[in-house]
Amino acid sequence: MMLQPTLSHYLVVSSCLFVLGLFILVTRRHAVRLLMGIELILNAANINLVAFNHYTATGLDGHVFAIFVMILAACEAAVALAIILAIYQQYANIDIDRMNSMRE
Amino acid sequence: MHSVVEICLIILFLPLISSTALIFFNKRLPRGGDLLATACIGIPFCLAWYVFYRVIAVGHDPQFLITGAMQWFTIGPGNAGWGFHIDNLTAVMLVVVTTVSFCVHVYSIGYMRGEDYYGRYFSYLSLFSFSMLLLVLCDNLLLLYVSWELVGLSSYLLIGFFFRKHSAADACKKAFITTRVGDVGMFIGLLMIYRQTHTFNYIEVFRGVQEAVQSGAWSETTWTIAGILLFCGAIGKSAQFPLHVWLPDAMEGPTPVSALIHAATMVAAGVYLVGRLYPLFSPDALLFIAYTGLITAFFAATIAITQFDIKRVLAYSTISQLGYMMTALGVGGFAAGLCHLMTHAAFKSLLFLCSGSVIHAAHTQDMREMGSLHKKMPVTFWTMLIGAAAISGVPLFSGFYSKDAILASALGFGMEHPNHRIIFIGLLIGAGITGFYMFRLIFMTFFRAPADDHRYRHAHESPRIMTGPLVVLAILSAGAGWFALGEHGWFERLVVPYSVGTAGVAPAAVEADGHSAHNIAMILSIVMAGAGILISAVFYYWKTCSAERWAKALGPIYRLVYNKYYIDELYKKTAVGGTLIAMRILAVFDRVVIDGLVNFSAYFVRAWSYISGAFDLHVVDGAVNGLAWGTRLVGTISTLFQSGVVQNYIMKVVAIVAFILLFQNILTTFL
Amino acid sequence: MSDSGPLLTLITFLPLLGMCAILFIPSRQKEWIKIVSLIFTLPSLVLGIKMLIEFDPQVGYQFIEKAPWIPAFNIHYYMGVDGLSVPMVFLTVLLCPICVLASWGIEDRIKGYCAMFLLLETGMLGVFCALDLFLFYVFWELMLLPMYFLIGIWGGPRKEYAAIKFFLYTLFGSVFLLLAVIAIWLATSPHSFDMTQLNEQLLQSGVGATFRNLCFLAMYVAFAVKIPAFPFHTWLPDAHVEAPTAISVILAGILLKMGTYGILRVSYPIFPDSAKWFAPVMVMIALINIVYGSLCAMAQTDLKKLVAYSSIAHMGYVMLGMASFTPAAMNGAVFQMFNHGTITAMLFLLVGVIYDRAHHRDIDGFGGLAAQTPIYAGITSLAFFAALGLPGLSGFISEALVFLGAFPTWPIITILSTSGIVLTAGYMLWTFQRIFLGPLNEKYRTLPEINARELVTLVPLAIIVLFLGIYPAPMLNIFDHAVRELLNRIL
Repeated sequence: MMLQPTLSHYLVVSSCLFVLGLFILVTRRHAVRLLMGIELILNAANINLVAFNHYTATGLDGHVFAIFVMILAACEAAVALAIILAIYQQYANIDIDRMNSMRE
Repeated sequence: MHSVVEICLIILFLPLISSTALIFFNKRLPRGGDLLATACIGIPFCLAWYVFYRVIAVGHDPQFLITGAMQWFTIGPGNAGWGFHIDNLTAVMLVVVTTVSFCVHVYSIGYMRGEDYYGRYFSYLSLFSFSMLLLVLCDNLLLLYVSWELVGLSSYLLIGFFFRKHSAADACKKAFITTRVGDVGMFIGLLMIYRQTHTFNYIEVFRGVQEAVQSGAWSETTWTIAGILLFCGAIGKSAQFPLHVWLPDAMEGPTPVSALIHAATMVAAGVYLVGRLYPLFSPDALLFIAYTGLITAFFAATIAITQFDIKRVLAYSTISQLGYMMTALGVGGFAAGLCHLMTHAAFKSLLFLCSGSVIHAAHTQDMREMGSLHKKMPVTFWTMLIGAAAISGVPLFSGFYSKDAILASALGFGMEHPNHRIIFIGLLIGAGITGFYMFRLIFMTFFRAPADDHRYRHAHESPRIMTGPLVVLAILSAGAGWFALGEHGWFERLVVPYSVGTAGVAPAAVEADGHSAHNIAMILSIVMAGAGILISAVFYYWKTCSAERWAKALGPIYRLVYNKYYIDELYKKTAVGGTLIAMRILAVFDRVVIDGLVNFSAYFVRAWSYISGAFDLHVVDGAVNGLAWGTRLVGTISTLFQSGVVQNYIMKVVAIVAFILLFQNILTTFL
Repeated sequence: MSDSGPLLTLITFLPLLGMCAILFIPSRQKEWIKIVSLIFTLPSLVLGIKMLIEFDPQVGYQFIEKAPWIPAFNIHYYMGVDGLSVPMVFLTVLLCPICVLASWGIEDRIKGYCAMFLLLETGMLGVFCALDLFLFYVFWELMLLPMYFLIGIWGGPRKEYAAIKFFLYTLFGSVFLLLAVIAIWLATSPHSFDMTQLNEQLLQSGVGATFRNLCFLAMYVAFAVKIPAFPFHTWLPDAHVEAPTAISVILAGILLKMGTYGILRVSYPIFPDSAKWFAPVMVMIALINIVYGSLCAMAQTDLKKLVAYSSIAHMGYVMLGMASFTPAAMNGAVFQMFNHGTITAMLFLLVGVIYDRAHHRDIDGFGGLAAQTPIYAGITSLAFFAALGLPGLSGFISEALVFLGAFPTWPIITILSTSGIVLTAGYMLWTFQRIFLGPLNEKYRTLPEINARELVTLVPLAIIVLFLGIYPAPMLNIFDHAVRELLNRIL
């Protein structure tokens, strides 16, 4: 019999993605990579939204939310990349550890 | 009789005017203003004789008096007034004061020539004349006290005239303070009298005291005490024992001043005071006066024997003679005492002026360095001899009459009160001593081989301006007694204590006793004076006995007398030393204890404030600061989490979430 | 009464106006500051003389000005003078121009000095004119402040110590005064500060004898510090030694009088029976002041300290007179207040003269100056003799009056007090000898004679001392009536 995917499978996948994203977010210093980590986390959330909608709810709320998140992610990526670019122009690198001029 | 009052006003104020003018303008006036000053006493001199004539001539009334009073200021229940009290006693005193003062002024023109502050000297002299005239003329006790102090002031100024000398500066201070001790007594007496009578006017005071005694408001003792207190003033001014110490030192002043103030007038003011206030003295007080006078007369005479300074001999002689006067008044010889005042003024001022002339010539006051001056200074010698004869009581000279009268009163008193015969005996011996020391002075100064050849050769007779007054005074000294006393001479009738009869306080016998005693006293006094003169001739003229050997033989007694019975030293140790010690102790007490208490309270408050400050700083403020510190600590710790690195935050979030999940699992597992 | 206009207000506040005027002068115009302050002390003097002339001795309070000030507490601006205050007001307005002249040598911060001085004058005059107890207290404290600065800034080497001592001492007394003032206010049934009415009001409200005695004591402490009465006297020598000459003059000449004036003006009329109750103590203190003060004066080697202690002794005579309750003694006390004001002022001015020249005040450090500075010696001898009570000078009259009046009431103590006469003569003449007599100290062979400005400050006082010594009746008449009124109240 063909393995019937259950909600748990989706959740495992999304958890993996989330953990990966989180891992990138915590360990990397390169701003663009951080952005990628954030995308992974967002995608993990999207998977959760769609999966829960499929198994537990009747409407299309989850899907709509997922699409909404994707739009937000695109906007966010655009703004973030613009900021990163501006920072790069100012400091000639984008190592976030050195972006500390507002600290203290 | 108004004219007499007006004349007295002129007499009184001319010297004051000259004094004021001279003190301010002495440099601008010709000759330092000496002629002005002399004129301003010369006119009163003439006027005083005129007043004397008027007062004596009109009626010979012993009760004759003029009081012209005007109000001075109010004192509680009574008034103090300005006024003249002019009776026979005043008239006599006016003549004495102005005559001697005039002679001294004239003499001073010669004596003081070329001294620094020549004009100021005459100003002081005039001030003295004014004060003394006020003392004689005034009609109430307060004014008497005022003038009493003013003569003290002029005496101070004149004794200290050579102020550059330490001895003069010391002497004037000593004179003022010593007499002031007596004055305080007098002032207390004044307080007692004013409290009772509410007036100062002589006549009202006499009446008031008499009423107080009669009504029993004043006991006999109170009356005596008041009298003795008043007499204290006289003790001070007239240099009676025990306040006599200032007078010998006062010889530091110029010699004419000694003649005027410290021989003839101011020191006699005490006698005048007793005479003027005679009704205020109870019999006991008079006895006190008599004994004070006796002690003074006797013991000053003994000191005079041993001194070598010519002026000091005369000073002790003055003290002794003043003692005679006091004794006379004390035993009831009212006229005798005051007559002696008059004759003494003449011959003692003469003696002082003569000694001044001698000092002027010999440039020393030590009699041991003089000698044989009678050839060089005939006028001075003869006038001084007259003076010495007068004071020693040589018959026919003025002193003989007055001293004889005093001895007669003392003898009369002794006959009446046998317990008090000692007074007469003491005075008699004193009379002998007087003759001895006076002729000792004459022999040492004018005879004997000159001790110092250099001095002798330079000695010369004084100028006419100085010898003139000597001659005038010599005539008075020689003759004053003739018209004064004698058997019921007019002086006795003239000078009678005011209201002796009415006050009922007259000593038992003014005339009667003198009458019977007169002849005995006269003979005895001549014998004694003669003996004194003879002995002094034996010692100092014929040199049969050596004074030095006798002095050595008498040893301790001689030293005791020579050092004036150590009274000065005694006072220096007790009164002066005591005051100085008290003042030091009190000053230290003030600085250490009183101020110490103040400073201690300040320190106490400061210490307290320090402690409470420390408490505030460490405990109260410490709590506040501690709170802040704690908050800050928490803050510091929490900033450690606040790295500002977002990744760290995420890590922490993850760690905490993981921890919570784990914890929750553990909890759910075990609980 | 109203025809003379607000005379007392003018007298009192003209100096304050002068202070404001001085504040507008640039501080480098030193001469102008002095001239302006002199000019502003003169109208008070002129008006003071006018007051002296127009004053009618037979009437009680005169030149009265009364207006509500703080109605909520029944406080009035109530000014008026009677025979007791007129001599004091006159003394104040007389001494102030003299003191300005005596301060002519001061260069350091003269603007502040003159301003403070004029403020002080207002305060002093206010104390003597105030008839409202609260107003009295306000002026009383007002004068404290400038005095503190005048000693503390322009004083000698230990000025801070002296100024603080003076200030704290006086404030210590003032606290008691304030307590008494408040107690009186609370005790009167329509609360009142009117000094002229307080006695009757207190009687009406029926306060007990203990209350009155306590209030009297509290006030006495305040006034005793100012007099200064033993044992509250030790601020005086320190303050005098450190204060500049003119301030010493004011301190001795006027401030000390405020103590006795306060007793006569405030304590006696309000608490007459307590006054009698307290008299035995007061007379003992007077005796101590006289004898103790004289002996302490004798021991001093600093000339200014000597004069300061002599002030203590002389104020003893005032207290002796006040405690005797006879017209003569009371008149003598008031007269002594005035005379001590003039005589001590002279003494301090004279000390200032010698200090300006020799730059020290050690009595033993002089000698023989009479030869070098005869005019100075002459005036000093006049002042010294006045201080030792020589007849013919004003001090004698007042001392004699005090003794004559005190003797019937306190015979023994009066007799003991007369020892002061000898002691005073002793230290005065001793001092005179050490400074002026004897051989001339070679150090002072070139000491300059007293100058014209100093003579101008001294001669008016000398004339007054001499005049009142010879003819005291005009001054005695001024306060005789007031003194008798006061005695009627007490007896």
